[in-house]
Parts: sequence; structure tokens; C-alpha cells
Amino acid sequence: MKVTKLALLMGMTALVPTLSHADTLDDVMKKGVLNCGVSTGIPGFSAADSKGVWKGLDVDYCRAVASAVFGDASKVKYFPLTAKERFTALQSGEIDLLSRATTWTATRDTSLGLTFAGVNYYDGQGFLVSTKLGVSSAKELDGATFCIQAGTTTELNLTDYFKSNGMEYKAVTYDTSGQTIDGFKNGRCDAVTSDASQLYGLKLKMDDPASVVVLPEVISKEPLGPVVRQGDEKWFKIARWALYATLEAEELGVSSSNVDAMLKSENPGVKRLLGVTGQHGKDLGLKNDWAYQIVKQAGNYGEMFDKNVGKDSPVKIDRGLNKLWNQGGLMYSMPVR
Amino acid sequence: MAIYTMKEAKPAPTGNRGVIFWLRENLFPDVKNSLLTLACLYILYTIIPPLLNWMIFDATWTGTKEEIVNSGARWIFIVEKFDQFIYGFYPENLHWRPNLVAILSVAFFISLNVISNNKVKITIILLFPIVCYTLISGGWFGLEAVPTEKWGGLMLTVLVAAVGIIASFPIGIVLALGRQSDMPIVKTLCIGFIEFVRGVPLITILFMASVLLPLFFHDGIEFDKLLRALIGITLFQAAYIAEVVRGGLQAIPRGQYEASEALGLSYWQGMILVILPQALKISIPNLVGSFISLFKDTTLVLIIGLFDVLAMVTLTNSDTNWLGFEVEGYVFVTLIYWVCCFSMSQYSKSIERKFNTEH
Repeated sequence: MKVTKLALLMGMTALVPTLSHADTLDDVMKKGVLNCGVSTGIPGFSAADSKGVWKGLDVDYCRAVASAVFGDASKVKYFPLTAKERFTALQSGEIDLLSRATTWTATRDTSLGLTFAGVNYYDGQGFLVSTKLGVSSAKELDGATFCIQAGTTTELNLTDYFKSNGMEYKAVTYDTSGQTIDGFKNGRCDAVTSDASQLYGLKLKMDDPASVVVLPEVISKEPLGPVVRQGDEKWFKIARWALYATLEAEELGVSSSNVDAMLKSENPGVKRLLGVTGQHGKDLGLKNDWAYQIVKQAGNYGEMFDKNVGKDSPVKIDRGLNKLWNQGGLMYSMPVR
Repeated sequence: MAIYTMKEAKPAPTGNRGVIFWLRENLFPDVKNSLLTLACLYILYTIIPPLLNWMIFDATWTGTKEEIVNSGARWIFIVEKFDQFIYGFYPENLHWRPNLVAILSVAFFISLNVISNNKVKITIILLFPIVCYTLISGGWFGLEAVPTEKWGGLMLTVLVAAVGIIASFPIGIVLALGRQSDMPIVKTLCIGFIEFVRGVPLITILFMASVLLPLFFHDGIEFDKLLRALIGITLFQAAYIAEVVRGGLQAIPRGQYEASEALGLSYWQGMILVILPQALKISIPNLVGSFISLFKDTTLVLIIGLFDVLAMVTLTNSDTNWLGFEVEGYVFVTLIYWVCCFSMSQYSKSIERKFNTEH
């Protein structure tokens, strides 16, 4: 008897989260604000400026979803989360959406009760080297000395890459990432390796940023994307298509500055995207101008990228893999039709 | 008739006074000490001038980031981010509220020293936290509500430390008394709690509060993250206070307990009127020591995503327009911590003097 009761209780508690969050869209509409989990400070992705306003690529994605849902990009409440807290905050319903430079892996996608909605930044491990070396490709790094952080996947990737290319490297090992960078700064090694998006930030921290260069090679896959709770298809589709809408808008040349003029465009693709024809917004459970609001208020993907991490930002990350598919990158939106 | 005339005091022999005497007595009494003195002077000489150059003479105090030419500290970063270091995300137009609380706190400490009427004192002590909370969080009396996620910076550090200290103190005393109690259940509970809490690191308790607790209450029950952290810190600190107070209680001679019983005082009367005043007085140095370490421990809240003054350094350094200013940030925060901890230890000294009844 006791055991059955206990089992029943456990069964009920297990059911509660799926039941209560069955309709995230409805919850969000009722609250009138989107709870969006961001980082506690990753340059260019989510960080607060001097006025305390959150800015960055991941933040702009939150704004895009809020624009689609409310028609108002400012209706977002940001929850700064550490790497350890991020999944719990989403599982427990504290946040509706996690947009925190999170790598999409099989384990995370399948075993945490969460679902990745897409990829908003293709990252990967890259190399930062001193220009004194005079190398332009990672293939020329045979025999170089690396500053690495002990016991990280970064170290494993590096070993694999050098082995598979029949090259050798010398390692100077440090405990923390801060020490690793200091080692490189003080000339203890020729190169450091880390996620490419981080390397551009590190470059700016050098006393003379022009004395170092980020090599074009990327030796690991780190697809970063927004995450939602599993089991709410409707909300998942909103999250996914909000991302696609920013890509589709860039592909069609619709930007925040010309979106009003584009409403009168004869291009059927633009008409469908902006809700002039068709009812893709209604099918998502949103207003038909959802994508118009996204582009108008949060911008298209290219604008977000350039403003936060790309050519118009101090970090100046090369778009690389994050170019649109028809320009040699991996960013590909499913067609809106 | 001999008239007594005051004789002028003669100056002390030249060999026993003056700067040279002091130097010879204290710094150069023999060869070994002279060598040590010279070595120390050399070390100071190598450290202090470059430090002063970096911090003051070569530092940049005004202007914009692009105009930096000096090689020293770039304090413009602190100037730019000063409000964030102090108030976190607290709305700019409402900064007067934390400021007012700061002024009230000073007034509070002064009034405790000035007012002698105990009833007035207790009223002030009870009212003060309520007034401060109302001012900071708002939502009443037409004050705009400011949710806790917006609290941050030094304001949050002081707040977490203050709540931890004030709330843990009475709990700690009760736990200490409980541990000494003759009632087996009370005693076991108190010992169990104290030993359990002291057996785990603060960081574990904070993780538990931020990562595990939300999973227990899902759906709609939004249990404020700051409140969770505050409860965790208070319970943690209470266990340590309990042990410090127990040390004080054990130092009181058995005769004092017996005397209070002989006077016909009840348990609580005896404790409050006779034992605790003496025990707490003995415990002051240790109490303040554990308060200071709590003040520094509050930085751990950064691992659960609360922005105390130290976490603010990391956050302000991830602004793409201000990358690479960590050193200035950390030096600034170090100074803040030093000022706060030093003031606390000075305040404790003044309390010790005040309660010193030995003649």
C-alpha cells in the first residue's frame, strides 16, 4: 500500500512539469513578458553595456522571439545564468527560452528533456597566433608551442588534430583559462587554442591586438543555438521559425531599415515572409505580421551578426561558417511557403 | 627664608631621544637586524614606486578609451562603469533609494550609541530592516517596485552580508543554547543541524538553493533566487555563530549559572540577564572574525548568477566596447573589500572597548 502511494506520488510529480508547461505560448502571453535565459557575460553574445542594457547576438534572438509573440522586442526579462544552472532553469520553468551560447550535442538534445531549436552561431575551436610566427594556416604550426588549459576538451581536440595531420606540438599547461591567456601574452608560447568566438575577444585584450591573428582553420564543431523544453511542439516551432525568419529575411534582402518599403514588394517570397499573403503566422499561433515584427524590431540575421560580433562591432569576427548557404556558409533557412 | 623655585626640567640626554635614537634602537640595534632592515627597504623600494606610478602618476583618470596614452592604470573604466559596480542593474533614476538606505544605516549606528532608552532602541532595531527593505524593493507607499534581479554590485554585497549577519545572529544564539540544553531532542536537533551545515561548503548550499530547489517547486511558484541564496547563507552562518557563542558560554564559570538559579531566575531570565551578556562579550572578537569572513564569502553568490561587486567586474569586462580592463576592476574591488573589512574590524574594537568592564 505504502509503495503504491509512493509510486503514485512520484508519478504525479513527474507529470506535473509536462502538464503545466504544455502551452508555453499561452503562459508567456498571460505573463506579458518572455523570460529568456542568457549568460553572465560572454562578449558579443550576451553582456550588459554601460547603461545596464543587455546586448549581443543571443540577446537579439530573445528580442526576435518577443517581437514575434508580442510585436514588442522590449518585452523580455533577461535571466543571467551560469553554465551549471542553465538547464535546470529551463527544466523548472523559470525561463521560457535558453539563448546562452549552448553547444548542440546529442546528450543534451536527448537526455535532458530539452530540445534545440536551431543553430544561431556555428562556432568551433580555432587558433590565435602571434604574427611574429608568420604563419597563415594551422597546417604550418608543426613544432609550435601551445598554451593550453589542462584537462579540457580543447586539449583533446588539439591532440587529435595534430596527430591526424602528422604534426607535433609542445604544450605549456595551465590550470585556468586566465593563466593560459597570460602565458600567451607573456610570450611563453606561440599560440593558444579556444572557441573561435572567444579568440576574437581575447585578441582585443592583448596590449597590441595587431600583433596576433586568428587563423582561418576550425578544428571542432561547436554549433550554438537556442533551447526550449521538450514536449511543447507549438513553442518549439515558434522558437525555430523565429530563427529561420531572421535568416530568410537576410536572404531576401529584407532588413530593419527597408522592411516597411518591402511590404509593397512584388517578390512572392517577401510577401509570404512578411505576412502580406498566406497565413504562416496564424499557423504558428501568432499574428500574421510575426516576421515583419522580427525584422523591424530585432533585424535580420546579418544585421544582428554585424552589429554584435561582426564588422560593425569591436570584436570583428569573420562570418566564416555563419554566412548564408548561398554565400558559402552553413546558415540555411527552410523556405517560408 | 628659602623659597622653593621650580627647577626647569633638563632635556633628556641627546643619546636617548630623537629620530636617530629611535632608528638605532628599533631598526639598527645590531648587524643582523641592520641587514634585515636594509633588505626590507630594498624590497619596498622595488615594489612601491612602480605601484604608485601605475596607480597614480601614470594613470588615466578622464577622457575616453581611445585617448589613452599613459602606461598606467586606466581608471576611466571604473568611472564609466561606476554605477554598475555600486548599484548593479538598479534603475538610474532610483539610485537615491539605496543612497538613502546608506545614510540611514550610518544614522542607525550613531543613534544606537546615543540613545540610552532601551525601548526606543529596540523599536529602532526592529523598524530599521523594514524601512530599508521597503526603500530598496519598493512596491509600497507609491515607491516604484524594483525586482531583485535588478539588485547588484556593492549594494547587493552589503545587503547579502547584512542580512546574513543580522538574521544568523539570533538563530546562532538559539542553536548554541540548544546545543547546551538538557533536553535530548532539542540537543540532538541542534547538534545535527550545526554539524551537518559545518560539514558542507557554502558553495554546495548555494548550488542546492539555485539548482536543486527549483526542481522541487515547479510551475508558477517563483521562489526568488536572491531569497533562496539569503536563506542558504543565513543558515550556514548561523551554524558558525552557534559554535562561536558556545565557546563564550563555556568560558563562563559554573558559579554564574548557579548564582542566577540561586537568585530564582528562570532559565531565560538567567540566560538573558546573566550568562549571555558575559558570553557574548567574550565572543566579540570571534564573532566579528566570522562576520568578516561572511562578508568575503558573499562573493560566492556569483556562481549562482547573482551580480555582486566582484561578479560585476566579469560582467562589465564582457562589454565588447570595454574588453581587457580586468586588472583595474579587480584592484578597485580589492580596495572596496579592504575598506569594508577594515571598518568592520575597527568597529568591533570600539565595541570591545565600550563593553570592557574590567578595571
